[in-house]
Amino acid sequence: MAEVRERVSPGALARSAADSVRKVGPDCWSGAALCISALVTVPLAGVVWLALFPTDGIWSHLASTVLPQYLRTTLLLMAAVSGATLVVGVATAWLTTLCDFPGRRICEWALLLPLAVPAYVAAYIYTDLLEFAGPVQVALRELFGWTSRRDYWFPDIRSLPGAAAMLTLVLYPYVYLLARAAFLEQSICVLEVSRTLGRSPWGSFFGVGLPLARPAIVVGVSLVMMETLNDFGTVQHFAVSTLTAGVYDVWLNMSSTAGAAQLSLVMLGLVLGLIAMERLGRRSRRFHHTTYRWRPVPRRSLRGGDGIFACAACVLPIILGFAVPAGVLIDYTLRSSHRFGGRFWTYLWNSLTLSSLAALLAVATGLLLCYTVRLGGGPIVTTAVRLASIGYALPGAVLAVGIVVPFALFDNALDRLLRDSIGISTGLLLSGSLTTLVFAYTIRFLALAQGACDAGLSKITPRMDGAARSLGLAPGAMLVRIHLPMLRTSLLTAAILVFVDGMKELPMTVLLRPFNFETLATHVYQYASHDQFEQSAPGALAIVAFGMLPVYLLSRTIAAGRPDQRG
Amino acid sequence: MGLRLDNVWHRYGRLTVVRDVHLAVPPGEVACLLGPSGCGKTTLLRLAAGLEPLARGRIVIGGQTVAEGTPSFSLPPEARRVGLMFQDYALFPHLTVGENVTFGLPRRAERRAWVMGALQRMGLAAVAGSYPHMLSGGQAQRCALLRALAPDPQALLLDEPFSGLDVTRRAQVREQTLAFLRESGIATLIVTHDPEEAMFMADRLWIMNEGAIVQAGVPAEIYLRPTNAFVAGLFGPLNRLDAEVREGRVETPLGPLDAGNLPDSSRVRVLIRPEGLRVSPATQGQGRVVTARLLGRCSHLRIAVAGAPELLQALVPRVLLPEEGTPVAIEIDADQAFVFAAE
Repeated sequence: MAEVRERVSPGALARSAADSVRKVGPDCWSGAALCISALVTVPLAGVVWLALFPTDGIWSHLASTVLPQYLRTTLLLMAAVSGATLVVGVATAWLTTLCDFPGRRICEWALLLPLAVPAYVAAYIYTDLLEFAGPVQVALRELFGWTSRRDYWFPDIRSLPGAAAMLTLVLYPYVYLLARAAFLEQSICVLEVSRTLGRSPWGSFFGVGLPLARPAIVVGVSLVMMETLNDFGTVQHFAVSTLTAGVYDVWLNMSSTAGAAQLSLVMLGLVLGLIAMERLGRRSRRFHHTTYRWRPVPRRSLRGGDGIFACAACVLPIILGFAVPAGVLIDYTLRSSHRFGGRFWTYLWNSLTLSSLAALLAVATGLLLCYTVRLGGGPIVTTAVRLASIGYALPGAVLAVGIVVPFALFDNALDRLLRDSIGISTGLLLSGSLTTLVFAYTIRFLALAQGACDAGLSKITPRMDGAARSLGLAPGAMLVRIHLPMLRTSLLTAAILVFVDGMKELPMTVLLRPFNFETLATHVYQYASHDQFEQSAPGALAIVAFGMLPVYLLSRTIAAGRPDQRG
Repeated sequence: MGLRLDNVWHRYGRLTVVRDVHLAVPPGEVACLLGPSGCGKTTLLRLAAGLEPLARGRIVIGGQTVAEGTPSFSLPPEARRVGLMFQDYALFPHLTVGENVTFGLPRRAERRAWVMGALQRMGLAAVAGSYPHMLSGGQAQRCALLRALAPDPQALLLDEPFSGLDVTRRAQVREQTLAFLRESGIATLIVTHDPEEAMFMADRLWIMNEGAIVQAGVPAEIYLRPTNAFVAGLFGPLNRLDAEVREGRVETPLGPLDAGNLPDSSRVRVLIRPEGLRVSPATQGQGRVVTARLLGRCSHLRIAVAGAPELLQALVPRVLLPEEGTPVAIEIDADQAFVFAAE
């Protein structure tokens, strides 16, 4: 080393002191990424710790009473929703990518609209429409001259099938999006070969098209199942006792955080299964991706009855999942006496602040994590960063349990320390504060930001980095001068995705919000649980309106993909 | 000064991709690293630029040790004073040509005057305000070259610098680039898999195979005196004959060759370049023409020779299109024929 130093200029020597410990990898970046990943996994550790070392063990009680019921309902709901979204999503994707029928162009992007409607809003609206006193049953009674409940049979919307229907209506676009992308990627040649080998169009679909798209569809369905597991508003309103509803019930009504943590642990088991399923899907997807060359799809024209049927099949989900809810919300809002009066603006402001803060924080964190991996962090950093995206798979209720406990411990420890040393009581500094909520949102939606950053970074060739470094830029300067300007759109997309999911978020907000703090979502939830949903329609409408932002972004990518399809 | 690699090793996991490479490029010299794809030559460039960690050995640029395997020491790429140009140029798409070229310069640099002059000379002044996607292939190449040279590096590394250009423009751009490099007096290391390009550009040629340097020298020396079959085969397909040494000579079906210092009665492999066969029609010839094709500047013949395991190929620098079955006499040009011990 001494021999080396003699040749190094003094300026370079100062730099090399820090560099000599490592090879090419950047250490402060790795350190920061590891710290963030550790912080993000705190809730997970919190849940596991609390569940395994409970202070008020009610596990045996839970296991012998409610748990089997919770588990059965959850699994049933997940099965029903995934089956239904599979049929709706794949059918609409197939029709819009490989067939042509009246209204296809509009359906292509309009099929995404239901994404803007949170499941609980759909649930509240359909309850109003379909209950005994609702307009549908009233109209039927008038039409057929029925007078009482005993004269006819009508399905009860507040049931497990009802909840499954609501979730399907707003979640099928996940499957639609991924299946659509997969069908577009498929080389049409394989389908044509299948036809020349004597398969019918339907035979080709089931024999070739569907198996090729299967990995992508698996990813879509696992996302749907995660969302189903996460849903709180719908199942709560319909009194369907899933695990999420159970966590809420055990925590708030039985006041047992340990019990809630134990239920959460069961949910974690389900989540791990789903993650494994998703990973498997993605891995085989990569394989398909590189094997088949893409070629424009010549669409099969559907005329007459077939065309009308196809059109109806695509329009129905749009009407039920978006047009009806949006129409009802607009109608309620117009009829409401104090339209945007009362505390509407306060709630809107609360939602906006919370979601924007979370979006900023998540994007900054996500970028830092992805950039560190790009700089060549070793296997430890890469694993840690991947672990940091686990928040999206954790149901909100689980995350809330996992955050409350460590934060309370921290608060108590800090309070004790300061009281003992300088005689000041800090009380509960973090617990029940806005900081907790922002932290929770950031963890939950970090994966969205990471995904968008990763996608953006992967489009920049690594040679760009090599060129910038050899031209004298350190990693930090390279991020500012090279990557940030090129990533602008990706970062904006990431921020919008996080922001909108924040606007819709319900289960964590209900469990973690400061006393008397209402967002639009909790405001709508509050009113709906007192059967006064109509009063909060302007709030729900605002949520749906913000929810249209990502739908707009997605539909633009679909439109951008169109010219070369015309070919 | 210039660029020097001493005893350099590199591994990806368990796979050793660079083994014990010694290489030196003095300032003002253009060196070419020639080898098949996957032989480790691009890795060597990345090691020199600091984009890969060095496993073992030492890298010296401009008289300063920039990386050493033991004790582990490595200057980051930005502190090494190397210019690097990628195969696909990696121009920054969000910056103009001018901004790309001046990217590596400190804010108030005297080099700016040089850059302006260089833009003029390279015919880029008119497009200085354009963005990379608006450039032709040649312009993009020159822009990338200028960008790498602008910060006045001690060594310049070029990775397949001409492969992105179409064949018709390549010769012209090569000549222009070479003139420009000579003028700047910098140590340049070019990685290429194109032997003709390497012969044209290089003052000194380094041949690499399976991670190791197998021969180094001036281009003519490499071409005329390859030290093994791999190097001989780099410049195109070869005719192959198996034979045995007798009294310091090798008897081939086409006549005797000098066996050099190979021991008597050892098995040898004789490799002859197609242009090393002098073919002329003769009734008493050893071979019979199987096919004859005119390629333009030369004629390509396949000839059956008794005692040769496969058809011989000959490139004759004139029009020579004998009928199939025509007997021909064949002589070997000793400069284009190589005798190696059989493996």
